[in-house]
Amino acid sequence: MIQRPITALASLTVAAVTALTLPLPLFANDEVNVYSARQEALIKPLMDEFTEETGIRVNIVSARADTLLQRLRSEGRNTPADVLITVDAGNLHNAKEAGVLRPVDSEVLKEAIPESLRDPEGYWYGLSMRARPIMYVTGEVDPEQLSTYEALADEQWQQRICIRSSSNVYNQSLVASMIIANGEEETEEWARGLVANMAQPPRGGDRDQIRAAVAGVCDIAIANTYYLGQMLNSDDDTERATAEAISVFWPNQEGRGAHVNVSGAGLITHTENVDNAVKLLEFMASDRAQQWYAEANQEYPVKPGVEWSDTLSELGDFKPDAVNLGQLGEYNAEAVRLMDRANWR
Amino acid sequence: MRSALATLGGTLPRPRWRRPEGWTIVTLLIAGVLSLPILVIFAHVFVPASEVWLHLRQTVLQDYVVNSLILMLGVGVGVLLIGVSTAWLVSMCDFPGRRAFEWALLLPLAMPGYIIAYTYTGMLDFAGPVQTQIRDLTGWGYGDYWFPEIRSLSGAIAMLTLVLYPYVYLLSRAAFLEQSICVLEVSRTLGSSPWAGFRRVALPLARPAIITGLSLALMETLADYGTVQYFGIPTFTTGIFRTWFGMADPGAAAQLAALMMTFVLVLIVLERYSRRRARFHHTSARYSRLPRYRLKGWARTGALVACLLPIVLGFVVPSSQLTQWAMKTTHMWLQPQFLGLVWNSVSLAAIAAVLAVFLSLIMAYGKRLESSRTTNAAVRIAGMGYAIPGTVIAVGIMLPFAWVDNTIDSFMRDTFGISTGLLLSGTLVALVFAYCVRFLAVSLNTVEAGLGKIKPSMDDAARSLGSAPRTVLWHVHMPIMRGSILTALLLVFVDILKELPATLILRPFNFNTLAVRAFELASDERLADSASAAMAIVLAGIIPVILISRTISRSRPGHDTPA
Repeated sequence: MIQRPITALASLTVAAVTALTLPLPLFANDEVNVYSARQEALIKPLMDEFTEETGIRVNIVSARADTLLQRLRSEGRNTPADVLITVDAGNLHNAKEAGVLRPVDSEVLKEAIPESLRDPEGYWYGLSMRARPIMYVTGEVDPEQLSTYEALADEQWQQRICIRSSSNVYNQSLVASMIIANGEEETEEWARGLVANMAQPPRGGDRDQIRAAVAGVCDIAIANTYYLGQMLNSDDDTERATAEAISVFWPNQEGRGAHVNVSGAGLITHTENVDNAVKLLEFMASDRAQQWYAEANQEYPVKPGVEWSDTLSELGDFKPDAVNLGQLGEYNAEAVRLMDRANWR
Repeated sequence: MRSALATLGGTLPRPRWRRPEGWTIVTLLIAGVLSLPILVIFAHVFVPASEVWLHLRQTVLQDYVVNSLILMLGVGVGVLLIGVSTAWLVSMCDFPGRRAFEWALLLPLAMPGYIIAYTYTGMLDFAGPVQTQIRDLTGWGYGDYWFPEIRSLSGAIAMLTLVLYPYVYLLSRAAFLEQSICVLEVSRTLGSSPWAGFRRVALPLARPAIITGLSLALMETLADYGTVQYFGIPTFTTGIFRTWFGMADPGAAAQLAALMMTFVLVLIVLERYSRRRARFHHTSARYSRLPRYRLKGWARTGALVACLLPIVLGFVVPSSQLTQWAMKTTHMWLQPQFLGLVWNSVSLAAIAAVLAVFLSLIMAYGKRLESSRTTNAAVRIAGMGYAIPGTVIAVGIMLPFAWVDNTIDSFMRDTFGISTGLLLSGTLVALVFAYCVRFLAVSLNTVEAGLGKIKPSMDDAARSLGSAPRTVLWHVHMPIMRGSILTALLLVFVDILKELPATLILRPFNFNTLAVRAFELASDERLADSASAAMAIVLAGIIPVILISRTISRSRPGHDTPA
């Protein structure tokens, strides 16, 4: 029997941990490290193409946007990350405010990405766009009756609207955009009206709202376009049939336009790997990458001239809200509190 | 059991030259390091209450408190009913299939809470196949009929009960099996019916074990985020996330967390108080084969249904849904990376489980040797990580780790002009540490329970024969409590396999586990694609679960046939 079993056990554990840690990347020159709030499955194929094209390897950690920001903050100047990829303008704005991003001055990026979809000072660039329109069950709603987000608080929609929880950042951004357009007081009143019109307490994700609407719980669902697009291209027959029963109405076309948001990326303040990191950003704004985003994930390319996927084209052209997306982030906390007060679960 | 330990100070002869101060110091040290993340979070409490706190109090705080309390109450009653009754049935009664039930009742342990929630929602939701069938058959529409709403508070209670009752089952079954039959026989010679024997003898004797199982289940309930978030129920955990990340106010979030922890503290204190000076180790070491009650007729059918139902609902139904999804998405698990995911999950869980149990052993034994208020409190605080959501723990770990790394780096830069970068942050060391903090309660409780059953006179005897404390632990206690140690190992292993939030944020580059893969796809509402990874978690969890069950069956002294 081993004489000092506890010591033996301890050293065994340490050895095992070390063995597991060793195969970590050693941060060679031809690498770029990415913290991504987009799931690996959604960016990995694109990163692989980048590696193939440039020979630069991409290392990824994916996690929730807010926790990644926390990690960047606590790691400070020693963070191994070079690039932050995240979803929702609110998160991009928070990252900028927290000081973890540095401005990038790239003609390629500026040329590819419209002004409203990037930070005015170049701290972050939008890389793909999604819209949050009104979706309705074809035949159950006369599109003539639909007009704006604001009008969803009207009495005629009582018990007819499905929308997810206010804990979700997409709803937070939507409400933030309304605070910017209409002010806090009016938006709070609107939120109360919307809550009164909900057919069920908010639960589940965006797809669940679409499914609930088609199953007959409600007539209107608020959801992001790529969810509908993915359902329309699903391998599952029921899923496809559900999505096909839905029509999209583009709200506020007479006014500010439909609410849109982006996924985007920026350079980490303390990175010393600027060249590779900028190369990666520029690659993601290239025609090829933009096309891939559109086809694989049913998102709108941010680069003008890149073709939309067939599914998205069928949803129709629309006027997007031109508010600079950075502003949405500034109003995020206010939006959350407003929804608390309006009893939007 | 613990009170028995408390009396130990008086009974152990402690010669001055062997006073085990070393153990106490080591115990305090380990407890201190493991409490660090919890203390870091609590340090935020001293930030003066912001207006966000005022806002919370005016709007949603009441909902958080009420919902969390109802959730805990419901899950508490549920796990006690299912856990204790099934444990009694399979330990003390005889009916067809008993042997199989012994291990099968543990299967739901392998099912992560958020995954069972996804599967049941997929099936029972208004738009799901079950209700669609009903509507197709009857021609009813929305609102024409009543159907239980799965995504509700009662739905969450049901989901969590189904996956958490095995903790109570596991610990109470071990307790029933360890009971010396003498006390039960005495009760029967005194004219007790089987029911009275259960109620008045076995149940009170097994109480510490049952309470331990219950507290594990309740702590896990409090820490749950995946299920309540998906069901849209405002509880403490969802509130903490909203406040911290949505309103960017870590201070108010920590104050919420602190309020939540007081729930746990009150529970612990109440339980302690109710036990006071009672002792639970057995005075007789004479065991004989358990004479099981042979069940007949209705009693037999009842027992069968009682054991079958939790297994079917907690395991068979959700895993068949998962299998069905996984079959539709074969491309997901035919990828070569899939094996890598399995390896990462299993090896990481194994390493961390060994470490957690090792640390628990030292701490539990340190407490036994020198049971002072300080050691007790330190150990108690270190075990609280189980009731705190994984993301919060993760943040509590990131801050001190990064601070240490950055301090060393600054020092090295200033003195030697070299940058050491991040030594610990973003490595598997941080991750393993997180698991230890989060799951210490599981291993500590199990190990303590095992240690508590060893009579203090054993220590006395070994020590008076000249053995050092370490030798006593290794050569006397550990062989006796082998079963408890193995159970602790396997429980922590399964828990880590399922762990998600801390893994997600603390892991190094390009490092994925099964739970990460399952969650990423599920959170993108691609339930079918996530099924293969979820199924793999369940499969990897089944093996240890069956091992646990065998260990317990064998743990009964005098047990002569392998189960």
